[in-house]
Amino acid sequence: MRKDGNVLLRPWPLIATAFIIAAAAIAVHRYIHGIGSVTNLTDASAWGLWIGIDILSGIALAAGGFQIAAAVYIFGQKKFRPIVRMSILTAFMGYLMFIAGLLVELGRPWNIWHCIVYWNVHSPLFEVAWCVMLYTTVLALEFSQVIFDKFGWKRMQEIFHKVSVPLVIAGALISTLHQSTLGTLFTAMPSKLDPLWYSPILPVLFFFSCIAAGLAMVIVESGLSKRFLKHEAPHHLMVSVSKGLFLALGVFAVLRFADLATRGALKLIFANRYETPFFWLEIFLFIVLPVLLLTNKRTRLAPRGLFAASFSVVLGLVMHRMNVVTTGFASVNQGYFPSWQEFVISIAFVMAGFVIVGLIARYLPVLPKEEAVVPTGAREDELEGYVKVGWSV
Amino acid sequence: MSQKGLLIDVTACLGPSCNKCVVACKQQNNLPDGIEEKLSWRSFTVLQKQNGQYVRKLCMHCEHPSCVAVCPVGALAKKETGAVVYDVQKCMGCRYCMVACPFEVPTFEWNEWNPRIRKCTLCTGRIEQGLPTACAAACPTEATLFGDRETLIAVAEARIRRNAEKYQRRVFGLFEVGGTSVLYLSAVPFDVLGFPKKLTEEVPPEIPWHILQQVPHVVMLGAVVLGGSYWLYRRREEVAKLEAQMKAEKGHGVHEGGHHDA
Repeated sequence: MRKDGNVLLRPWPLIATAFIIAAAAIAVHRYIHGIGSVTNLTDASAWGLWIGIDILSGIALAAGGFQIAAAVYIFGQKKFRPIVRMSILTAFMGYLMFIAGLLVELGRPWNIWHCIVYWNVHSPLFEVAWCVMLYTTVLALEFSQVIFDKFGWKRMQEIFHKVSVPLVIAGALISTLHQSTLGTLFTAMPSKLDPLWYSPILPVLFFFSCIAAGLAMVIVESGLSKRFLKHEAPHHLMVSVSKGLFLALGVFAVLRFADLATRGALKLIFANRYETPFFWLEIFLFIVLPVLLLTNKRTRLAPRGLFAASFSVVLGLVMHRMNVVTTGFASVNQGYFPSWQEFVISIAFVMAGFVIVGLIARYLPVLPKEEAVVPTGAREDELEGYVKVGWSV
Repeated sequence: MSQKGLLIDVTACLGPSCNKCVVACKQQNNLPDGIEEKLSWRSFTVLQKQNGQYVRKLCMHCEHPSCVAVCPVGALAKKETGAVVYDVQKCMGCRYCMVACPFEVPTFEWNEWNPRIRKCTLCTGRIEQGLPTACAAACPTEATLFGDRETLIAVAEARIRRNAEKYQRRVFGLFEVGGTSVLYLSAVPFDVLGFPKKLTEEVPPEIPWHILQQVPHVVMLGAVVLGGSYWLYRRREEVAKLEAQMKAEKGHGVHEGGHHDA
């Protein structure tokens, strides 16, 4: 029996609920009085926090889904099976939150379907739009397996088994394009975007940073699920994931600085400019701190150390994307800083994502059988009924 | 119809005491009265004071417009007349055009529930009827000239030749970002007038377009790598299974000596 009626009185659900209600109220205001009524966006800074967090960062952090799926289904790394469904669920939720975010961010969201009928193949954003539609479909199909298992639909399970590999390959290809094209968006502004962030290889930088951030998110989520779902993926798996994370961080770091050097932008990194601290905050969170933590054997092997390194990567990724979309345009946008309403909306989307992932993980077979999903604070006699929601490896 | 354009000679502008171009533009486009310093949904052209010099700003109507190239739904288009125009019916309000424009021209109705992108249309309706733009028709001096782009370039170059000591020896807009339909003459350097410094002759949207053209290659390469990896993985499994089978058959009762696992 389920007896967590008091769940709403615990701090996190309460905070999440408060943010989501506040965000809904702000959204209503925005749909009546316009985007300008709740944001600090202006003609000179037409993109801000919502693009930086909900869209650029959200998509990058969802990159764990296609990576873990490819590792298991394509590269035969079966040991990652216990986390594959959670990774796909996270990616799916990331994309759904992204689309929900667009409905707030776009000026004319009722026209969102126009990218299906009005084509402009020259636009990177057109490609992004198609990648979103296609990959969300792939994720929905990949996730459908969980539903088939839950209700024991044998025929559908068989069909899924047959198409799973092509699906995962398609997912990996579309993701690669989507992640890199988000970088391509900004290659169109060579004269506006600051040299610390502008680069003709932005698509490559976006790709490698999403590889790192996606894996970091897998580790962070495992930590969160330990805290909130009383379920934890085996620690040795997370250590394996962190090796991939470390490698991707290394590649990114080398590319990032080689690119700065090639373009002669290295002289700017210590320049006395508005941009400099933002650049270093990004480098510290995304590269320096995680690399330090991951090269130290003691922190790397400790759950807390690994979580800290991964969380730092996540924050660093957000910082990089925010820098590309706001700090990098400081010379034209005269120091945009988001309004509190923008923060509330963005935080609410992140929280809603976690709440939905948490609920799905409780009721659907997303987590492996060995470790049952147990509601927070459940007593021994309440455990019955939760054990069987697991799935066979 | 030939490519039209405007030639703006900053040295001939009378400044805000005249302001006729701004007023004419507002009337033409039904915009609210008032004097603004920046382009916005309220004004498609403004007179800016930049380092003591008045300079009129408006959409440059680029030859290869970034806004047109980046709009995912093709809501912006470059017409035969040279005008860069906007189709509100297609627009999703993503604002990529605003972010991509090298001149910070497109503006947004930030306080409307169903907002539009707003910007100068080069009076597209008027010029298709053979009329000059409203601003050019209103200008009492030769600060704003309307005409064929080719003719305007010739006029601009003639003015520079006639008054070599007065003008910068360059027509702004001839080559910048691949050329613009609105051209400028000035006595002071153009970056002093608030024009972006880092503009080159390169067409900015060509950069993402070159990258996007790699997409088919990435897809093919990726499909081969992923498909190949999958094949390898399955093959390795098969071989392992076979070897295990063979070992079980052959090695029945025989010691493992010297034989190693696959």
